[in-house]
Amino acid sequence: MMDTQLVMYEEDYKKILGIIQRLVRDANAKGVFVVDKNGQLVAEAGEVRGIDSTSLASLCAGSIAATSGLAKLIGEEDFPVHFHQGVKDNLHVTLVARRMILVVIFDDRSSLGLVRLRVKKGGAELARVFEEIQKKAEADSAAGGAGSPFAEITDDDIDNLFSD
Amino acid sequence: MSFINYSSREINCKIVYYGPGLCGKTTNLQFIYNKTNPDLKGKMISLATETERTLFFDFLPLALGQIRGFKTRFHLYTVPGQVFYDASRKLILKGVDGVVFVADSQIERMEANLESMDNLRINLREQGYELEKVPFVVQYNKRDLPNAAPLDELRRQLNPLAVPDFEACATTGKGVFETLKAVAKNVLSDLKRLSR
Repeated sequence: MMDTQLVMYEEDYKKILGIIQRLVRDANAKGVFVVDKNGQLVAEAGEVRGIDSTSLASLCAGSIAATSGLAKLIGEEDFPVHFHQGVKDNLHVTLVARRMILVVIFDDRSSLGLVRLRVKKGGAELARVFEEIQKKAEADSAAGGAGSPFAEITDDDIDNLFSD
Repeated sequence: MSFINYSSREINCKIVYYGPGLCGKTTNLQFIYNKTNPDLKGKMISLATETERTLFFDFLPLALGQIRGFKTRFHLYTVPGQVFYDASRKLILKGVDGVVFVADSQIERMEANLESMDNLRINLREQGYELEKVPFVVQYNKRDLPNAAPLDELRRQLNPLAVPDFEACATTGKGVFETLKAVAKNVLSDLKRLSR
């Protein structure tokens, strides 16, 4: 059976955005992204305009998946924290609630220690939000997918998408 | 596994192109990339070796239009076809919403096609999916080559489930968009079915 579909409502998004905007400030970060493990971008905050966030999401998910495979090879469940050091910018990547990836981009205005500290707090807050989302998704699923916009679409709607 | 975002009013789905080494999975994505309006596509990423064999995956984000006010976005991935990259293939199948099997029509690649199809079935099962239940289409690629096996034979061997199938020549683009449309349509129909 497939995993529960991820459905994010406006109020969930606002909570997530609030947490990561605060994380940008508290950690003196350039930008913060939340990505799901399948490579879908969930939210972003900070100086992220020049960054191709769709590619970033897909590559982070790929990288997390690959390192998680490596972890299992040596008998670890996962490597939940990753740090990539660059010349100017660095990436701090953590797994949150087993399903989400929290990515922080920072430069020498911040430090690894500060980012780690703030990510711990922000990550815990995000985990709580994602647990709520998960519970809602399970309830929706038990109710027969009432939360899905697909409940109301017709075959014609789908056909129209492909009529050139 | 699709992601429905009410905030940005978007639906995101993941489609994986599977098949034996050198069957034309990356070529399919390259053709789609080259022929798609720049407003509708993102950057194509290829994690490949120096000899341009896929090492981990290719990735192409694509927007298909709106359904009931929701933008539909498809993330297209390929897997590395070479046998020894099996660990990577498993990772890429995680969270998949639809699968395209690209078969190499050349008669001498029949065994490689069958092996890859078996591998797909096994790897999907490891992720908790059954091939029979996943939106799935088959593409017989390289139909232009003189050593291509007869279509009936390919169908008999590779499409016993009688899912939608297409003849293609990915280098010229024949059959490429037909395949994509069929799998995307199947994915959306499946989401509709699951939400009932």
